[in-house]
Amino acid sequence: MPDLSAMRFSQSHEWVKREGDAATVGISEYAQSQLGDVIYLELPNVDQALEVGGRLGVIESVKAASDLYSPVAGQVSEVNQELKDHPEYVNQDPYGKGWIIKLRGVKDNPALLDQKAYDAFVQGQSGS
Amino acid sequence: MTAQRTPLYDEHVRLGAQMTNFSGWVMPLQYSSIREEHRAVREAVGLFDLSHMGELSVTDEHLAQRVVSRDLAKLRTGHAQYAMLCNERGGIIDDVLVYSMADGSHFLVVNAGNQDSDFDWVRSRAPSPLVGEGRGGGSRELVLNVGRDWALLGVQGPHAVALVQRLSDQDLSALRYYAFVEGKVAGVAAIISRTGYTGEDGFEIFCANRDAPGLWRTLLEEGDGDGIRPAGLGARDTLRLEAGLRLYGNDMDADTNPLEAGLDWTLSLDNDFIGRDAILRAREQGLTRVLAGLRMLDRSIPRHGYPVVNGAERVGVVTSGNVSFTLGYNIAMAYLPPALATVGARLGVDVRGTVAPAEVVALPFYKRPRPQ
Repeated sequence: MPDLSAMRFSQSHEWVKREGDAATVGISEYAQSQLGDVIYLELPNVDQALEVGGRLGVIESVKAASDLYSPVAGQVSEVNQELKDHPEYVNQDPYGKGWIIKLRGVKDNPALLDQKAYDAFVQGQSGS
Repeated sequence: MTAQRTPLYDEHVRLGAQMTNFSGWVMPLQYSSIREEHRAVREAVGLFDLSHMGELSVTDEHLAQRVVSRDLAKLRTGHAQYAMLCNERGGIIDDVLVYSMADGSHFLVVNAGNQDSDFDWVRSRAPSPLVGEGRGGGSRELVLNVGRDWALLGVQGPHAVALVQRLSDQDLSALRYYAFVEGKVAGVAAIISRTGYTGEDGFEIFCANRDAPGLWRTLLEEGDGDGIRPAGLGARDTLRLEAGLRLYGNDMDADTNPLEAGLDWTLSLDNDFIGRDAILRAREQGLTRVLAGLRMLDRSIPRHGYPVVNGAERVGVVTSGNVSFTLGYNIAMAYLPPALATVGARLGVDVRGTVAPAEVVALPFYKRPRPQ
């Protein structure tokens, strides 16, 4: 299990990891397990500006297409091109090589949850 | 209404399945990965719980012949056929497998969500009085709703025949496709049917509810060396789509006639079954739409309900679509005007506002390699 203490989570199950005013964004382990096999991602263009909660793309699993939302405001600096040929990385390693986009000029979003709060939120959602 | 559970519910939970609600039943969607379960069925063998499927026993031959779209006089005992139940307008009420039983009755395997409505409908078409005269002089029901008495397991894939053969007292290699036999599997009394909904060889095994968990566990244990995996409804859907098999409620419904759905071959139009006259009229008038296969030319995933376009014009709608794990591209079935439903025609699918290029291809998308 990677160290998640530096990550923050949204209630729509994206994670964000800040490094200065840059950040990396992906989806949580819980999200990938609920989606099941990821087969395609529709990702934003580099330089696109994203608001908090703004649609950053679409993730498609065998089961369904789901919107992805940006957990923070910022500008897209990079998208994970590897996912074009290997969307399954999102399932296999959601916090590592399954990252989705990188942002620059990132602003803080105090509404995000730390790992503990997110785990509690997921527990409440799954009803277990 | 609380979702019904099959006799294998505890097995699914024990295996860590992700459960989902399907047609009023709580069923396994996947155990580990739809992709891996799909691959197991194509390359080795998969085990499905199909106990949610409904079964009707029609004891009156004339009634069976009146409601089923095929000539049952040609269906020999010990054989099964895929057929339609149609309404008076020629619309498809359900798609079923009809089994010709040794006692002269017909056993209809129907979709889970249609079980009770099919039963009511067949019974309503029975000659009055509903309860006919039995051979022994007593009364008998002309149609029985027996789905909840039967568990049904699917064993599908290239290793299925060898696996079930090892566990059975019957010579299953002699059992032809769409034939069935009563016998034992793992000591359990069963109807062993060489049928399926995956495009692979294999069996569907009917047994009593109480015997199902033991049979399920034995198949998983004995099939370990064959590469068996339990497979959920997710893989069932991607498998049947590749094989071009229609899903009731998605690809056809009571407003679709069998000609539009490309199911002409399930119709014995010389027989006076319910809906026949309407189907003949539709044929005479010419069809306005037919079900066709689409291959996506980019990586977009077509989904149920997405519009199909020809230039700027909306010409049809996707009824089923997904990735094809076996073929490595994305596929769909869609209703199209007959003039556009020609192999090689270039069309588009409106994927959330963006038109993705697609080409009409023949159905089925996937055919299993035949032995020899």
